Amino acid sequence: MTVRERLRQNISAAFYRHGLLCASYPVPIILFTSASILTCCYPLLKLPLPGTGPVEFTTGVRDYSVPSHESQGNLSERPDWYRGPPVAYIQQVLVKAAVSPWDNSLVPVDVFRSPLGRVFSLLEEIRNHIYTDRSLEALCLQVTDLLPGLRRMQAVLPEHGCLLVSPGNYWQNRRDLFDADPDLLKTVHQHEPKGLHTSATLKDLLFGVPGKQTGVSLYSKKRVVTYTITIALSSYDARFVASLRARLKLLHPSANCTLREDHMVHVHFKEEIGIAELIPLVTTYIILFAYIYFSTRKIDMVKSKWGLALAAVVTVLSSLLMSVGLCTLFGLTPTLNGGEIFPYLVVVIGLENVLVLTKSVVSTPVDLEVKLRIAQGLSNESWSIMKNMATELCIILIGYFTFVPAIQEFCLFAVVGLVSDFFLQMFFFTTVLSIDIRRMELADLNRRLPAEAGMPPPKPGPLRPRETPPPPRPSPHTITLQAPAFRNLRLPKRLRVVYFLARTRLAQRIIMVGTVIWIGILVYTDPAGLRTFLAAQVSEQSPLGEAGLPPHLGVAPVFPGGDPTSTLSVLPAPEPTPLPENQSQGHRAARPGVAPVSSPQITWGPEDEELWRRLSFRHWPSLFSYYNITLAKRYISILPVIPVTLHLSPQEAIDTRHPQDTHHAPPPSIKTSDLQTDLTLYKVAALGLFAGVVLVLLLFCLYRVLCPRNYGQNGVPHGRRRRGDLPCDEYGYSPPISEISPLLLRGHSMDIECLASDGMLLASCCLAGSACEAESLLGADFREPGGVAMGGPDVDIFPIRRRTNPARPALFGDQPDLTPLIDTNFGSLPPSQTLSSSGFDFGELVEKAYQEHEPSPTLAFPPSPPASQQRRRSLGDQPVLPPELPPQSNGDWDSSVWAMELRGNLIATGRSSGKLEIYQCDLICCSYFLVSISLMKMEIVAARLNGSLDFFTVEINKPLGLLQYRGPPGRGSLPPSPCYSSEDVISCQLTRSVQCAHQKPITVLKAAAGRVVTGSQDHTVRVYRLEDSCCLFTLQGHSGGITAIYIDQTMVLASGGQDGAICVWDVLTGSRVSHVYGHRGDVTSLVCTTSCIISSGLDDLICIWDRSTGIKLYSIQQEVGCGASLGVISESLLVTGGQGCVSFWDLNYGDLLQTVYLGQSSEGQGVRQLLVLDNAAIVCDFGSELSLVYVPSVLEKLD
Amino acid sequence: MYSGALMRRGPYISMITNRTMNVLIRAAVLFMVGVFLALVLNLLQVQRNVTLFPPDVISSIFSSAWWVPPCCGTAAALIGLLYPCMDRRLGEPHKLKREWSNVMRCVAVFVGINHASAKVDFANNVQLSLTLAALSVGLWWTFDRSRSGFGLGVVIAILATLATQLLVYNGVFQYTSPDFLYIRSWLPCIFFAGVITVGNIGRQLALYEYKVSQEKTHQD
Repeated sequence: MTVRERLRQNISAAFYRHGLLCASYPVPIILFTSASILTCCYPLLKLPLPGTGPVEFTTGVRDYSVPSHESQGNLSERPDWYRGPPVAYIQQVLVKAAVSPWDNSLVPVDVFRSPLGRVFSLLEEIRNHIYTDRSLEALCLQVTDLLPGLRRMQAVLPEHGCLLVSPGNYWQNRRDLFDADPDLLKTVHQHEPKGLHTSATLKDLLFGVPGKQTGVSLYSKKRVVTYTITIALSSYDARFVASLRARLKLLHPSANCTLREDHMVHVHFKEEIGIAELIPLVTTYIILFAYIYFSTRKIDMVKSKWGLALAAVVTVLSSLLMSVGLCTLFGLTPTLNGGEIFPYLVVVIGLENVLVLTKSVVSTPVDLEVKLRIAQGLSNESWSIMKNMATELCIILIGYFTFVPAIQEFCLFAVVGLVSDFFLQMFFFTTVLSIDIRRMELADLNRRLPAEAGMPPPKPGPLRPRETPPPPRPSPHTITLQAPAFRNLRLPKRLRVVYFLARTRLAQRIIMVGTVIWIGILVYTDPAGLRTFLAAQVSEQSPLGEAGLPPHLGVAPVFPGGDPTSTLSVLPAPEPTPLPENQSQGHRAARPGVAPVSSPQITWGPEDEELWRRLSFRHWPSLFSYYNITLAKRYISILPVIPVTLHLSPQEAIDTRHPQDTHHAPPPSIKTSDLQTDLTLYKVAALGLFAGVVLVLLLFCLYRVLCPRNYGQNGVPHGRRRRGDLPCDEYGYSPPISEISPLLLRGHSMDIECLASDGMLLASCCLAGSACEAESLLGADFREPGGVAMGGPDVDIFPIRRRTNPARPALFGDQPDLTPLIDTNFGSLPPSQTLSSSGFDFGELVEKAYQEHEPSPTLAFPPSPPASQQRRRSLGDQPVLPPELPPQSNGDWDSSVWAMELRGNLIATGRSSGKLEIYQCDLICCSYFLVSISLMKMEIVAARLNGSLDFFTVEINKPLGLLQYRGPPGRGSLPPSPCYSSEDVISCQLTRSVQCAHQKPITVLKAAAGRVVTGSQDHTVRVYRLEDSCCLFTLQGHSGGITAIYIDQTMVLASGGQDGAICVWDVLTGSRVSHVYGHRGDVTSLVCTTSCIISSGLDDLICIWDRSTGIKLYSIQQEVGCGASLGVISESLLVTGGQGCVSFWDLNYGDLLQTVYLGQSSEGQGVRQLLVLDNAAIVCDFGSELSLVYVPSVLEKLD
Repeated sequence: MYSGALMRRGPYISMITNRTMNVLIRAAVLFMVGVFLALVLNLLQVQRNVTLFPPDVISSIFSSAWWVPPCCGTAAALIGLLYPCMDRRLGEPHKLKREWSNVMRCVAVFVGINHASAKVDFANNVQLSLTLAALSVGLWWTFDRSRSGFGLGVVIAILATLATQLLVYNGVFQYTSPDFLYIRSWLPCIFFAGVITVGNIGRQLALYEYKVSQEKTHQD
């Protein structure tokens, strides 16, 4: 034993113990894991929240000194970024100016023209201010060129000099240009971007206050103009700033101004993520999600797929969080951008282990205890998990030795992440998996209990206690399935996408989330703007209140003390601009009819202290970015504002007017324009409403047209499809109305019991107690119908014509041709009479020529109730059939036909009386109590209820030259079946008999490919070789009697039992390939195609299974009593019977293609038997009639 | 109408199973993948050289020569078709973990390598080259492990680097970065990793065709 093997064994044992532990104590382990996750994530609370919003830090102005580069440990309240000098110190001079008193002779332009004009003198003052040989030029931040892309801003923003911006920049800081400007507003607004914008505009930058607060507008109600002169200083000189402040205050005193001046605010800007950086990031995240999607899609065979997928994702995510938390705990502050490396970390850590674990656990034998299953699954995969982990650690270690700091850090993270991921996989995920498996077993048990209860006890032995686990099954490959049914539906990709969108309503959700995010961005960037916008809307919409009673403006001059805002509001200061009080008063007195015109007031409130806060948070970064100075990860210091109040006399305003200013509309026209805007507002609102209603109606119509019903409900996990309420599937395709019309074949007086066909001929028999047959083929050798009639049920034989052009409506035209061929009831005729009248050569052969067998003594007892029940099931016919006593006489025609086979020209029927009868239009051969017979080429195998098997050989002595082939050789794919003409001498003899083939009654018998397969009540399936009737295998694995068997030429053998289980066997080796539980109650029929197995059960459910994996693809709910009627037309077309109709299903996708109604009324009898003929026709019983349905499209496809 | 239902599905299936059509579809998919990756990775490289973007950033996506993304797309289509073809010729089908999740992982690692080369500051170009080479070979080992894949990757990487150099010397194409050595050390490894990635995608797509055609033969 090498070291490696020993190591492997040890690891395996350790994992086994660990699995036992996890599965034994799931709840404590999950609690422990959650606690450890939370503990490890705790340090994350200290990390700053992600986001690009700026961070502020306030210090006092007096004792300010430039912070040093070294971090000062004792000053813990200082943020990390507060080191070194700032990019710039921002000094704002906040100017509020108004023309007062307001006068009716003034035009709206006067509100801002003269106040703006004063900016030039202020600028002059600031530029020329000198304090002890320090000028602004020496202190200010010198800027160079603008960025190349900003040519259009060159005229406005300063270049090659101090960064000093003010509204005067619009006019290149030249008074003469300002005075010559005929339309100031146009100049201001020509630089505004069109449409919606979230970043700072040029107007914001130059005015330094939010656009709405500038008051530069024709309709300003307050008539106060606010703007700032913004100076960026590169170094801070407290004395210079103080002297500038003092000087400006002296020149333009602001009475009652209580702005605080002792705080400076440092604003730190995070790295801004631009769109260009976002695109690769988004791409990596999309790839990440695709990876997670494709990975979790592989989780199979568990109770809750979504739950486990969620657990897997949670495992990976929390391991990442844990790694970040642990790294922070140990002082490794992450310098990498977490969002960027995160996807790569997930990809490195991966979901593979989780998937491997799940797969390994679910493939352990189901009959083991959950604990043992988990332990086994874990230990099976232990070696590969450890190997992978070691490899990954090695790779990361190599990465660590690249000595590139970023890569080293990434590797460190990855190592911690890997280890924590391993921990979580072992503890968290394994436990979740064990819970899931346990839930599945419980569900499994619950599902199977009613089925067992509804079944007759298979053996009289002691009932198994229900608590005990199911008996161990020998095969190690047993898989119990409860896969979600919609999985593995092989839908085309586009449909899958559509389904996905429809199921998750992804589009709506994305739009909703997008809207919310957009609103969030709006509010976040410009809350003040939004609010003022709303306020403006409100005030504009109420013109009456405004005009009738100006809130306080009319009162304020008269009773200043009475104004509640008088502490903050200032009357026009008398000193700088002495009010022409009397003039104004007289003016008003002269026009008593005119409403008092408000005089503007300049107020200073605490909100003016930090007016920059109401700017966009990108205000400063964008200003600096124009000069290619980035503020990312740096900070600026904003000095307290210097307030400046300007009062201008009306005379001054009139003096500075531009000649064109008076051309503007006078104030009364404002009202009308207000009204107009109101009207347009209403118009827009009405139009919007109308458009919205139209859109909704349109969508509704679309919805109705495409999907009248059932929208989005088909994706429900159980995936059952009901015929009745499926007129339309999820993608809006509704199956077309029937174009295929069924052909009814009448001839039986009672319900049809058996159907058989060899492709050319169709034989049917009913319960009526008479047998008849008719045979013709394209008029080639038409015999008189009714040649032979014998006692017992009818047997009708119908010719089936191959249709060369099947889709044409001429189908109906052929109907009269067929009806005369149909033989009607001949049951009343005595056999001897018919024999003599038939005139066939074989008349004498009928005379008990083939009565080889005497009634065996075992037939003396009546059939046991389970047997008869079983028989009924296997044929899926009427439950009215009474269990009959086997009649002792051979010539009893009251017995019904239980089995029928048709090959070539021979019909073999097995009767309840125990007779085997062979007809060659007129042949009779009698036998015993037959359950099932199978007619091979020349051999007849008959199985009996007493468990014995009989092999007969039919010999036909043909006269030479009489061999003919029936049917036009149109289709080469079908072998022409030989015809046994009436000249043949047919003899049938018993060659072998296996007396004790089964311990209990044989229930099913199938033969193909040289093998005879029998299923019995004794829970076994036996495979015999046809030539020497040697028993090859006894297949054990069912826990109930066998009810259905399928075998075809390719040696595929499937069996279904009373336990609802379906087993697929390898006929060559006798081993069980797969074993699935699919039905509540018996499996009534089984069909295999190359890719899937179709089974139907007593629960009227048709299940479609994947043949190779044994996964249930989907199931179809049948109507009551029609469960067993199904047939496969081609690889992809399934046909099922229903109440008076047959339905076609697309086997690959599980879609209902079409429903064909057999009769006029939809509530006809159910289709209980259904036979698919080789030439793509379907024969089904419809009460006492036969219905022949051609499927033309399939023929087209075959062509 | 029933036949219509079949036909509705019919063209789809036949389109998939039709050989030339299938090749065309695959080529189109690969072309798009190539164009997309070229645009995104170009953006990553642009970021390295410009610290701050002028307001019209979006145009910088298309700032490099317009013919580069289509060229990358065409190359991707060729390589993606070449890989499965070569597998078939050599008779050694690619066995390693043929799943879409794995392909996604491969693409993510490829983008990660690009990201690292764009964002991480290396001490010198030799270190950059060595790291990238190790990462590329690691990519091959993790997701491919076929000798043919390695050989084809190396050959194509060398050819592509040569072609790029020729283009640069003839002045058809210019690097945005003035640091020429940086580009040269970066290029072959990225080409190699890209070839492996695209080959992986191409093989996965071809697997799809293989499955469908197999089903078809079964049906026949």
